[in-house]
Amino acid sequence: MKTYTYTEKKDTRSGFGAGLTELGRTNPNVVALCADLIGSLKMDQFIKENPERFFQVGIAEANMMGIAAGLTIGGKIPFTGTFANFSTGRVYDQIRQSIAYSGKNVKICASHAGLTLGEDGATHQILEDIGLMKMLPGMTVINTCDYNQTKAATIAIADHEGPVYLRFGRPAVPVFTPENQKFEIGKALKLTEGTDVTIVATGHLVWEALEASKVLHEKGISAEVINIHTIKPLDEKAILESVAKTRCVVTAEEHNFLGGLGESVARTLALHNPTPQEFVATNDTFGESGTPAQLMEKYGLNSASIIEKVQTVIGRK
Amino acid sequence: MSRKKTNNLNMPNTQQLEDLTTQVRRDILRMVHKVNSGHPGGSLGCAEFFVALYSEIMDRKDHFDMDGIGEDLFFLSNGHISPVYYSVLARTGYFSVDELNTFRLINSRLQGHPTTHEGLPGIRIASGSLGQGMSVALGAAQAKKLNGDKHLVYSLHGDGELQEGQNWEAIMYASAKKVDNLISTIDLNGKQIDGATDDVLPMGSIKAKFEAFGWTVIDIEEGNNIEAILKGMAEAKAETGKGKPVCVLLKTMMGNGVDFMMHTHAWHGKAPNDKQLESALAQNAETLGDY
Repeated sequence: MKTYTYTEKKDTRSGFGAGLTELGRTNPNVVALCADLIGSLKMDQFIKENPERFFQVGIAEANMMGIAAGLTIGGKIPFTGTFANFSTGRVYDQIRQSIAYSGKNVKICASHAGLTLGEDGATHQILEDIGLMKMLPGMTVINTCDYNQTKAATIAIADHEGPVYLRFGRPAVPVFTPENQKFEIGKALKLTEGTDVTIVATGHLVWEALEASKVLHEKGISAEVINIHTIKPLDEKAILESVAKTRCVVTAEEHNFLGGLGESVARTLALHNPTPQEFVATNDTFGESGTPAQLMEKYGLNSASIIEKVQTVIGRK
Repeated sequence: MSRKKTNNLNMPNTQQLEDLTTQVRRDILRMVHKVNSGHPGGSLGCAEFFVALYSEIMDRKDHFDMDGIGEDLFFLSNGHISPVYYSVLARTGYFSVDELNTFRLINSRLQGHPTTHEGLPGIRIASGSLGQGMSVALGAAQAKKLNGDKHLVYSLHGDGELQEGQNWEAIMYASAKKVDNLISTIDLNGKQIDGATDDVLPMGSIKAKFEAFGWTVIDIEEGNNIEAILKGMAEAKAETGKGKPVCVLLKTMMGNGVDFMMHTHAWHGKAPNDKQLESALAQNAETLGDY
């Protein structure tokens, strides 16, 4: 079994910052906007190097989304930066009308997604954003798993014509994907080969899935771990090929089971190959204050939960 | 090449503009009547403004492209007055006037509210959900500055629409960031769906509010008078490039040009019946030919 290790932990939002900095040097059309969270979004270096291409809009996210839409008229490629909650739920109608329906080339970059935001609590811990964004026609939805992948995704979406929602997080997490791995939107990455169960994971749960697969291996269960960084468009082929072999699936995400990756996978399976599926996701609930690790444990979003669901789903085959 | 129509003295021919306005009124009335839906009141109130804007005020390219680099741009925020927008776009060359026949019909590019989604030339943003247009216009204006494009960005907003909070985010931002290549016009007709703006949610002095937010404000008291509009907009244009965004308060009459549609908010979103249409058209004799 292929195993993964890591030498350091870094936050995915720093991967976004690094990607944006690189874009600032390579793509003169890239501009950035922020709603009073420059430090949190790691946009400092881009701003230092390209002050004329940065727009501080203040605490006014609706205006930020509209300005971003307007900047595309004139050929700019705007990257908006704020927390995931304020990037989606707060401005849903602005994104819907001025960006998605208008077909504008805006990159909505969202940090502090999910429970791992931690101590700030439920007001800031959005667990519905993937659903909100994937329901918008034409919106590409990406949720990256580590620093390297977030940096690569940030760079890749600049070349994609059309609106994109890029979701990443706050805490330092293991860096385990190769530094220069090409990021292909909509292309799943098979991390381990397995025969007994497919684990389809996104975001911070990808590392947890890899940790789970090691324990499962010791228990004699062969798990195939797929890293779904692009939730929409979903790489249905990769999922169906894997499930044809393993005949059961566990999906894992830092999001409500309603509207998330799991639902998209379930639809794919229902249409093409009905298969037992278990969901590692929050159970239609809000979050609360706590450390990221405490929250992930309490709400069942860690490797232990994945292992438990794998055992359940294998029993349903 | 600009699409501006001028006579050989390089002065606007007011009669031509009046004729176009009358024809636009007929278009609006016939469009909403045909599908028994749409918003004639605000459309009629802004007919002169649209005609002046597209015929004389804006410097526009002969072809349409989304980026609009090297020309003036216009954004309609109160998208429900799409009939006047469509009529003027068609009659200033963006698409065939015959297409006005398809307003609000299935498979049409002329959706109930304007959209880029169907690829209609002239439209650069969807609008309809109110309060979003000024932000978009700001972005387009700032893109112009980044591109070194000296052309201006125009936008139009309903007065009732100013009740949406996003406007005030945008109004605050525009002056803070010295977006002085933007002229935002407010259609001050004092009416919204449920009645007079002063009854629904009194907004006090809109002029004082814009000024307090750091804008230069120009009043056009006779917003249904072409010459007054041309004069006022020229004044507004002269105020651009001075470090402040420019607001035009355009006092209009909702339902202007049709006696029974004026002095009431009843025709905000209601189509005339056959008899009412006949009366309304009789008050606006055909000038340039119906579509």
